[in-house]
Amino acid sequence: MEGMSNIVKKVTQLISGLIFMYGLYIITHGHLTPGGGFAGGAIVAGAFILLILAFGSKALNLKKEENATSVTESSAILIVIILAAIGMAAGGAVFFNNYLPLGRVGELISAGVIPLYNIFIGMEVAAALLTIFLAFVIYKEEVLK
Amino acid sequence: MELLLSIIIGFMIIGAIYALHANDLLSALMAAGIVGYSLVICFLLLKAPDLAIVQIVVETITLIYMVAIVLNSSRKELDKGKRRNAFLNISIAVLVAFALVYYFQLAIVNLDVLGEHAPRMAKAYMDGAAEKTGSANLVTGVLFDFRGYDTLGEATILFTAAVGVLTILRIKGRKEKA
Repeated sequence: MEGMSNIVKKVTQLISGLIFMYGLYIITHGHLTPGGGFAGGAIVAGAFILLILAFGSKALNLKKEENATSVTESSAILIVIILAAIGMAAGGAVFFNNYLPLGRVGELISAGVIPLYNIFIGMEVAAALLTIFLAFVIYKEEVLK
Repeated sequence: MELLLSIIIGFMIIGAIYALHANDLLSALMAAGIVGYSLVICFLLLKAPDLAIVQIVVETITLIYMVAIVLNSSRKELDKGKRRNAFLNISIAVLVAFALVYYFQLAIVNLDVLGEHAPRMAKAYMDGAAEKTGSANLVTGVLFDFRGYDTLGEATILFTAAVGVLTILRIKGRKEKA
């Protein structure tokens, strides 16, 4: 896949970081404002997809990236399950138990384990969408020459 | 409000029908995009910003995927025009449509006015949810606390989709390495 023109590359350099930061904001403030792990993770994946589309597949080492996203995705969903299982062990014998102190409603560090779930679900969604996109790009590079 | 929603849903129906019958796959994708983005406006009108954010982002990303795939393969729809049993298909479709409309208008009498609909279960979730979960955003509180299994299932679906795509598309690359 070829990169795009210089204008697109420059605009991508300017805004992709902002998109990435906005995705992180949506993930970390998921228990306060609209959004959450799913929306924020998809926005983060969108920032990377924009980079790959604008700069072409030669600019990045795609296979290394794909290995990294695959590992990230698998470990993130494993951590979510481990967090849920810890809730079962911590008391009440309930899967997805909220075992950390709740704190004051409306503060950034509150709501027990919900921010942790948000962060790891966000990692999972971002890495999964990016893995699928990278698999398509690598397939085109390798097989459809 | 209901009029606006009806107009938007009418647009969505027209887009969906056009997407089914377009000869060029790229224009079919554009018509499918009408359906997705109109759904975003519906969610915003119904005061569901969480769903609207997820829908607009996922719609954009999947549209990019599909446009990339269509541009790299054929843009023409293959094997069109070979429709057997057209009369049977049309009559079955019309029958099902009439049955659906009949039973919907039987059920619609028992529904509340739009916006005043509050089922019993939703009230149980809403009463004191902020104190129970500690989350100021009620939707996230329900998603990750009361309904944690649903969220785990959604994440598992994404994981399975990624594994499936890798399994199908990366056969050649893995073989060469081994």
